[in-house]
Amino acid sequence: MKKNYYLMSDGLLKRKENTLYFVNKDGKKPIPINKIYSIYAYGSLTFSSQSVHLLAKEGIPIHFFNYYGFYDGSFYPRETLLSGDLLVKQVEHYLNPGKRLWIAKKFIEGAAGNMEKVLGYYHVQNGIGKTVKDLTLSSNVTEAMNVEARMRSEYYSKMDEILPDGFKMEGRSRRPPENMVNALISFGNSMVYSTVISEIYNTQLNPTISYLHEPFERRYSLALDLSEMFKPILVDRLIFYMVNKRMLTEDDFEQKVDYCILNDGGRKKFIKEYDERLKKTIKHRELNRKVSYRRLIRLEAYKLIKHILGTQEYKPFVMWW
Amino acid sequence: MLSNSEKHLQVRGTEINYYFICKTKLWLFSHNIQMEQESESVSMGKQLHKKSYGREKKDFTIDNLISVDFIRRGETLELHEVKKSSKMEDAHRYQLLYYMYYLKKEKGIQNIIGFIDYPKLRKKEKVELTESEEKSLEGIIEGIGQIVHGTISKPEKKKICRKCAYYEFCWV
Repeated sequence: MKKNYYLMSDGLLKRKENTLYFVNKDGKKPIPINKIYSIYAYGSLTFSSQSVHLLAKEGIPIHFFNYYGFYDGSFYPRETLLSGDLLVKQVEHYLNPGKRLWIAKKFIEGAAGNMEKVLGYYHVQNGIGKTVKDLTLSSNVTEAMNVEARMRSEYYSKMDEILPDGFKMEGRSRRPPENMVNALISFGNSMVYSTVISEIYNTQLNPTISYLHEPFERRYSLALDLSEMFKPILVDRLIFYMVNKRMLTEDDFEQKVDYCILNDGGRKKFIKEYDERLKKTIKHRELNRKVSYRRLIRLEAYKLIKHILGTQEYKPFVMWW
Repeated sequence: MLSNSEKHLQVRGTEINYYFICKTKLWLFSHNIQMEQESESVSMGKQLHKKSYGREKKDFTIDNLISVDFIRRGETLELHEVKKSSKMEDAHRYQLLYYMYYLKKEKGIQNIIGFIDYPKLRKKEKVELTESEEKSLEGIIEGIGQIVHGTISKPEKKKICRKCAYYEFCWV
């Protein structure tokens, strides 16, 4: 089973024959190439071109995060899974306003469904279901985005009902996050975003052509689209879990007057739990086999491919358990 | 339009194989929507291929369409395909027959015999290209063309689906 490697400290990534080594102040650690799914680099990483050759050959992406833990970019190896037919159809669904809007709305519905699940788990009454009905009135993507924004602010305003004292969110703040919960959300969301990039890399979908977000918004805007559905489940639920269980405390954050971020210790804790969650499995109803949360993202990409090819209408993922 | 005699074969060996296994898989594969890189049984097959017949010259690839596992040259040209089980016999046999047919039609090579080797079963099977086999191959090639140029066909659930690399794609 391949796994994600999270490099938290500063160090050097080098290759000797066909093995990668991560060298830091504590010594040299081999990373077996066949075991790597993706690498997440949080420290400052020095690497040789030889190691990049090997990662490219094996199709392994590295995601880079800056000092604050925000996503900077990825080493996205040369695409080997290319399908001209699929690309043409992916673009067709973007260029046709009706087809694009249809997919964009599905992504919002999926996100809404998962947000309701998260709040429902904590028995928090909310108006998300009602707000999302307004999607039927949206006749273009901008209008759909407005519905999404209303639904999201409704969602974030309800979060404080779940969070303990001292950990209230008091509205979403980004770039920079102003308090601990906002710091966790930003950090977690950038992890989901990179996880989705890795999944898209392993399909024939082009990561830059998206439906809900504009393709020029970020380099891999399709990853933004697919992240929407998974953020409530992978990030928000994890935050509630860790904060309510006192697994994270004020000591895990670096708090300044104008911003708040996770410190090294906090990141380590959060990443460990996040990774556990990705590996956690559920029995899939349609497939009748066990799949991991990470795999659910891939399945979402498959469903999108099938929709684009015209074999099966896309139904967004909403947690059913 | 090229006439039949001028038309070059454009079918890949794997496509012949998939024609017998699953039309959906054939369509997806031929449109470069490939999943084999994640299949355990495909990587096991690759291992088997690497580990067996160490003394032979392996991977004889022609025109990017066919790739014979290994060949032996003497008075006749022997083509060998290494397979791990004999479950998909027709698929294997026609894949090899197609290689023989391809070399005959496109490269003008006569005197070819084929063998399917099952190292794990310690078995090998001889395959000969007869006139009637050539006829069936022509039908298969045409059938592949129709599938590939048509719309993707709905998958049918079979017992073999469970082991297929496309399983999750088809049934999610």
